[in-house]
Amino acid sequence: MTRISVSVDGTEAVDEIEPRTLLVQYLREQRGRTGTPVGCDTSNCGACTVLVDGRAVKSCALLAVQADGAEVTTIQGLANGELHPMQKAFHEHHALQCGYCTPGMIMAAVDLVGEVADPSEQQVREGLEGNLCRCTGYQNIVAAVRDAAAEMRGAS
Amino acid sequence: MSTTQEQEVGAARRRKEDAHLITGQTTWTDNIQLPGTVHAALLRSPMAHARIRVDVSAARDEPGVVAAYSGADLADELAGLPSAWQVTPDWVAPEHKPLAVDEARYAGDAIAVVVADTRAHAVDALDAIEVDYEPLPVVLDMEQAMADGSPLVHTDAGTNVCFRYADTFGDLDAAFADAPVRIRRRFVQQRLVACAMEPRSVLVAPVPAAGEYTVWSSTQIPHFVRLFLAMLSGVPESRIRVIAPDVGGGFGSKLDIYAEELLAFTLAKKLGRPVKWTETRSEAFQATVHGRDQIQDLELAADADGRIRGLRVDLLADMGAYLQLLTPAIPLLGRAMFPGIYKMDAYRFGCVGVFTDKTPTDAYRGAGRPEATFAIERMLDELAAELHVDPLEMRRRNWIGHEEFPYTQIAGLTYDSGNYEAATARATELFDYDGLRAEQARRREEHDPVQLGIGVSTYTEMCGLAPSRWLGERGYAGGGWEAATVRVLPTGKVEAVIGTSPHGQGHVTTFSQLVADTLGVPFDDVEVIHGDTAAAPAGLDTYGSRSLAVGGVAVWRAAQRVLGKAKTLAAHLLEVSEDDLEFSGGNFAVRGTPGAAKSIQEVAFAAFAAHSMPDGMEPTLSADFVLEPDDFSFPHGTHLCAVEVDTETGRVEIRSYVAVDDVGKVVNPMIVEGQVHGGLAQGIAQALHEVARYDADGNLTTGTMVDYTPPTAADLPSFVLDRTETPSTTNPLGVKGVGEAGTIASTPAVVNAVVDALRPFGVVDVPMPCTPENVWRALHEAQGGAA
Repeated sequence: MTRISVSVDGTEAVDEIEPRTLLVQYLREQRGRTGTPVGCDTSNCGACTVLVDGRAVKSCALLAVQADGAEVTTIQGLANGELHPMQKAFHEHHALQCGYCTPGMIMAAVDLVGEVADPSEQQVREGLEGNLCRCTGYQNIVAAVRDAAAEMRGAS
Repeated sequence: MSTTQEQEVGAARRRKEDAHLITGQTTWTDNIQLPGTVHAALLRSPMAHARIRVDVSAARDEPGVVAAYSGADLADELAGLPSAWQVTPDWVAPEHKPLAVDEARYAGDAIAVVVADTRAHAVDALDAIEVDYEPLPVVLDMEQAMADGSPLVHTDAGTNVCFRYADTFGDLDAAFADAPVRIRRRFVQQRLVACAMEPRSVLVAPVPAAGEYTVWSSTQIPHFVRLFLAMLSGVPESRIRVIAPDVGGGFGSKLDIYAEELLAFTLAKKLGRPVKWTETRSEAFQATVHGRDQIQDLELAADADGRIRGLRVDLLADMGAYLQLLTPAIPLLGRAMFPGIYKMDAYRFGCVGVFTDKTPTDAYRGAGRPEATFAIERMLDELAAELHVDPLEMRRRNWIGHEEFPYTQIAGLTYDSGNYEAATARATELFDYDGLRAEQARRREEHDPVQLGIGVSTYTEMCGLAPSRWLGERGYAGGGWEAATVRVLPTGKVEAVIGTSPHGQGHVTTFSQLVADTLGVPFDDVEVIHGDTAAAPAGLDTYGSRSLAVGGVAVWRAAQRVLGKAKTLAAHLLEVSEDDLEFSGGNFAVRGTPGAAKSIQEVAFAAFAAHSMPDGMEPTLSADFVLEPDDFSFPHGTHLCAVEVDTETGRVEIRSYVAVDDVGKVVNPMIVEGQVHGGLAQGIAQALHEVARYDADGNLTTGTMVDYTPPTAADLPSFVLDRTETPSTTNPLGVKGVGEAGTIASTPAVVNAVVDALRPFGVVDVPMPCTPENVWRALHEAQGGAA
């Protein structure tokens, strides 16, 4: 067992974990952050995307020990009293149906907009290539991300 | 007193479902953690066909292991899995045990289970299981499977043929004799994988002392799961509660009774503790049903002007290794849909269901109808090309005119309503059809290496599955009704209990809109309860684009009943005749007497208190309705796709896509658009991206998201959508289904466009998916080159 110290959605904790534990397993099974789901076992679908020290990471592609000392933000920690503009935009644009890809999609989109403040349609489409959605055909996701980007530009 | 409501039906209401989904406050089955839960992991055969001897004893000694069983260990306790649709009296339905006993029949067939304190321990212990695999001959190709001397998937059956089915309508010989035009084509509907984003998961919690069980499952059909778990286990149905909590997509793949559900149930019963099993994505590719997989041989006979005389369809349909819940029925759901929207004199449909050593097939978005629509829409383009007629004009010459509805087509279905002319006119306008044709001509003249292709699909589909009598006549064991309860609580809030089981479709929002309008209550005052057999005990769940056209009508009828009762009570309370009341905005007002009124909320409280009720009226304001659908409804539309095809690399890019759909009356246009977007994506995925491919030994070689290549955001265009609105005449709301329409329509639109681009090169077909490789090969073969 290995000891790690991780801040998850603003809560610090020190945990003993098996070294082989994936970050997503740690989040779901030891920290109870089940808002982050698992959609595949080959790091392709992006459903488990979280922010580690502010950058989007597929939490199935990182060992929990690699997050030692890091600050992890999941979909459950994104809203700060009120919904994040990205969450609002997903709702407003009907950018989700079953909602399973949504946590990862939103976290990846937050990271994307952090990189490119005013992304074109093509930049959004390419920026979210690592996140699969099977319900929406992506059109409303693209609209939501661009709209949220505008909102976030205005707010800053 | 409530204020006047705005009309809810027709409004793009944002979804009530979203709040918990965008914040991660979800209840996916795998999220549920119960004390004392043990975790199951399955050992799956790596061989497509093998005699097996399985020894799990060493696994029992592994850390954390609670139990381990082979198929043989549980052979007496585990019933075979059901197939509920006997398509012919002499079908072959081999036993399908949740764990294979003597033989594994596809790569992924489960052969042993380990139960441990953690999932990791269960998976680790699988390595300790000893298996002798004695390889048996493998058969993967349907035509080889039907040949004399073929290896058999099920030796005892003596054949690989599951069923043979044929129907002929009209005088086929007359239609084909002397026909000036006869076109034959073979199309292959490649095998597909649904890839719902949430893998399957099941958790079974027993109360051993009471003999009661609660089952959470990522399923489209909680009511069927309850029914079959009871029938297969012997536990009384009344002691089983099945909950479909948040369910992350299904697309038909969760319209099934799975081995793992029965296994988890049996293990929970045996061990007296909660048992959970969650699929990995790699398992999902192998062990969750696949879709499509047909070889279609078609022949079309026409007059010299292109008027269709007759159509002959012969299908081979791959069942895979076993029959799942609806496996043999899927190709037959397309039986009556090959004629599409066209008039013809004669039609023959034949289908042979064939077993192979592959994952079982079953429903996948559209289930039999996309295959049929693809075939007829491709044939119309081939006919148009043969006669040098524009493909839209060819359709006009053959389609059912808007004044001809209701129209009973050649296979006996009565199309309720439609206006193909209107949808097509709108689509061609949005698409700039003439402009694109001009550009295409220019590029052809200039020998542009990137050619433009235009594809047409004027589809219809059969939705609202189905009148119970129709189902019964065709060998289905169940019915097609739907149930709903609407109740106004003492505080005036409303609960609608529905029998459909949404997993992304937005029923909570849509049905709230229906109820809000009917009862004149605010949208936010309506709660929709679903997916739990304890809370919503009656229902037949969600598939086949039935939820609004059948379930929504049931909800509306139940609300009408509530309204009727409320009116009687309001009249009683106001001491007037019901005829003196008018209802609007949630208020019963006495005509001509200002101020004399009761709101529905006041009436609900009066019904709860029951101090003064009319003679014979039961207290409380609640009503049930079980709706038996009168008939199917037939949405339709015109989809136009423009593709650019690079003739040097074979690369296909969608340049524009216009979809004008007619789904009758629309409750929530935002949700309808979302359904069309997603449907288009899946249909385009079949046309361009996806195939479940096996190697010669029967290994699935496209068994991950990387290899299977579901489209990403970067692979898809933005779609241009519009609607025409021709109300259905088979239900009082005038609604039609929309869940499958996009998928059904788009595959032929895209492939027609690809073929259209390459027709000057002599190409008459490109096999799906139209990957660069397949396009390049088709081009080179057409030009006589060795591809």
